[in-house]
Amino acid sequence: MSAYKTYVTDVLIVGAGLAGERTAVEAAENGLDSIILSLVPPRRSHSTAAQGGMQASLGNCAMGEGDNPDIHFQDTVKGSDWGCEQDVARLFTETVPIAVRQMSHWGVPWNRVVAGKKTLPDGRELEEKKEKEGLITARDFGGTAFWRTCYTSDGTGHTLQYAMDSLVLKHGCTVHDRIEAISLIHDGEKCIGVVARSLRTGELLVYVAKSTVIATGGYGRLYGASTNAVINEGSGMFIAQDTGIVPLGNMEAVQFHPTGIVPVWILVTEGARGDGGYLLDKNHHRFMPDYEPKKKELASRDVVSRRMTQHIRAGYGVESEHGPHLWLDIRHLGKEHIYTNLREIANICKNFAGIDPANELIPVRPTQHYSMGGIRTNADGHAYGLKGLFAVGESACWDLHGFNRLGGNSLAETIVSGMVVGKKVSEYTLGASLEYSEQTIKDEVTKQENRIKDLISGKNGNENVYKIRGEMEQTLMNYVGIFRKGEDLQTAVDKLQELHQRAQKVGLQSSGEGANPELASALRIRGMVRLALCISYGALQRTESRGSHAREDYPKRDDENWLKRTLAYWPEGADLPQLDYEPVTITELPPGDRGYGEHAG
Amino acid sequence: MGNRTLTFKIFRYNPQKPEVKPFMQEYKLEEVSGMTIFVALNKIREELDPSLMFDFVCRAAICGSCAMVINGRPTLACKTLTKDLPAKISLLPLPVFKLVGDLAVDTGTWFRDMAIKTEAWVHTTKEFDPTALEERMDNKTAQEIYEPDRCVECGCCVAGCATANIRADFLGAAGINRVARFMLDPRDERSPEEYYEVVGAEEGAFGCMGLMACDDNCPMEIPLQTQLSFVRRKMLSQGLKLKTEKVAL
Repeated sequence: MSAYKTYVTDVLIVGAGLAGERTAVEAAENGLDSIILSLVPPRRSHSTAAQGGMQASLGNCAMGEGDNPDIHFQDTVKGSDWGCEQDVARLFTETVPIAVRQMSHWGVPWNRVVAGKKTLPDGRELEEKKEKEGLITARDFGGTAFWRTCYTSDGTGHTLQYAMDSLVLKHGCTVHDRIEAISLIHDGEKCIGVVARSLRTGELLVYVAKSTVIATGGYGRLYGASTNAVINEGSGMFIAQDTGIVPLGNMEAVQFHPTGIVPVWILVTEGARGDGGYLLDKNHHRFMPDYEPKKKELASRDVVSRRMTQHIRAGYGVESEHGPHLWLDIRHLGKEHIYTNLREIANICKNFAGIDPANELIPVRPTQHYSMGGIRTNADGHAYGLKGLFAVGESACWDLHGFNRLGGNSLAETIVSGMVVGKKVSEYTLGASLEYSEQTIKDEVTKQENRIKDLISGKNGNENVYKIRGEMEQTLMNYVGIFRKGEDLQTAVDKLQELHQRAQKVGLQSSGEGANPELASALRIRGMVRLALCISYGALQRTESRGSHAREDYPKRDDENWLKRTLAYWPEGADLPQLDYEPVTITELPPGDRGYGEHAG
Repeated sequence: MGNRTLTFKIFRYNPQKPEVKPFMQEYKLEEVSGMTIFVALNKIREELDPSLMFDFVCRAAICGSCAMVINGRPTLACKTLTKDLPAKISLLPLPVFKLVGDLAVDTGTWFRDMAIKTEAWVHTTKEFDPTALEERMDNKTAQEIYEPDRCVECGCCVAGCATANIRADFLGAAGINRVARFMLDPRDERSPEEYYEVVGAEEGAFGCMGLMACDDNCPMEIPLQTQLSFVRRKMLSQGLKLKTEKVAL
């Protein structure tokens, strides 16, 4: 091994989105040093793209009156289709009101209650009380019993991330941006850091820490049509799985968002429907009340996405060169509302589709949006399998969301898990000492050096990384989508196994020198295909429908056999994940009807 | 849509290999409907030249990563549709910021330095009390704070600014806007004197030559000149006050 620049710290955090930065702040407040690694400057993280809001049962606005953590808990468990950990959901719903208020203390300009009478777009009248004036208000979101989603216009993620990053600055936490962790360093029992590659110079770097926290977000970019940022490639998940020891939980649980704009797949926030927007078919008929008379467009995301797909399949989609789609109508909300509270939607429509949503309909179709699965951890955020390894936010499966996440619960999770897990990380780190063998680091660095050399020299073959990637994206889109069935899933598994073989034979077309982007993609592709296999193979084995996982050949939820979580391991040399299962923790709410018109009885 | 062939002239330079001088490289692409510079650059990288360096993150004009100079103007590449451009398109990296390679620049370091210089966080002596209700705020005030807070730190205002191009320590419109955001915030307890230390100088609010390029180039349409005059007015009155106090001494 050549000499590499080595950084030593207490807490190493991989990923600078909201979950990672909140963890860093917690570590700093406990007197610990940390280094945050990030692919991009922190304020570019995908967390900033979240527009809609953050659920917290403050109960300040008129439509939130009477709300409390118990009801938020019930909504979350029902939303998860009883796939979540109820102890985690309880902890989460109790903590999130504090988290929202703390973010206010730190500078988030939450929208506030304005006293007085109002008429909603559907004609309902309400009155905001004088005594609540100036407190944090909330908007309506899918699958919630009350208006509970706190927001700053439609830039909630942006304002949260900017406020959080300002705390990181204030505390003087170290951030190394344009750095990508490419593997974990561990001795089979304990994680001691990562090998990383600089995206400025291409050099390899070593980071050694008492504890390592993965906070790299989801894997949306495995799918060809995703609302996710292009950096959401699941890297934290696959470097953890690459150890062979750390399992991923529930990877088959993939959420589709009902309203991705066609054909650029940029998200139109659920706030649009929360504020009164609705869906229309090719005849301009509002079809959701036909399927879900009670919750209409605001049933949970998995339900709305399936209803839309069902309606398109019944022949009511609007034909376009990009396939059939439906319409989202927000025209009746009025220009003023659209250009203040939903301004980013207006901008997206104008910039990417040439549409003015105050006068025109928005073409939408369900689009990959969120990964409920991730690095399996316990309720403290400690990863299974390796001491000193933690995971937070979307990259983790501590398992708040089960098989379907409610809108507004992801921003809330990033911050709450950063608080809760950050505290546990601090406790662990304060009691840990930095002990490791130099050889362990050398071995891992040499392994990564050799991988890079082989890719550059084309020693293993000259497969094109972008072609493999394109075929993987298409496979997931075609066979592992909103509705799934055995034969499709088998087709996907077969194809992905072939791609997994080919991914070992990638050779670069360019030199690979310096910050070369082709090398970066080549280093990721094997791990990405493995994640795709975990999704498809896990879905094939799970012979039931639960939340976002809808099997046409097994349309009912099967609590008797499947009230359990999938754990996917990748043993060295394997060409399929090894699946294991564990029971779901039920503490308060036994499995029952979700109340969305599906799974009745 | 006519079947145009687009010619991209793209700046190439890898600071890691200074022996290869910067040059403009040409690529040709068939235009497709709805094509943005994001779509085009990815196509070039995946099909023509995998070594090409450029930055995109959200590709939805939310994160500010992909600012570059497109046919002479600093703007976000993700939301630039090729149909609005002539068939010859030139792409250059943003000036002012350190070059990472080709079209990718290091905005992270610049904005971090600016944020530290302006101490861009809420300064308060109040402790957070987890058992208490949140402090109340007028909704109008919250919305006023959100206006400057919408800045995505893309750097277009800085790249188009004559002062920023000639003085490295200039805070630029983005920096002044950041200060304005905290001045508006009732939670921030900094006094005018404290702000004066930060922006009451040539590298702050008084370095601006008033050429307005920041305002013209802001992809978020933040009224940067209005923010500047707001900060300047505050600083001017503070400066005059300090001067009077000095004379009185």
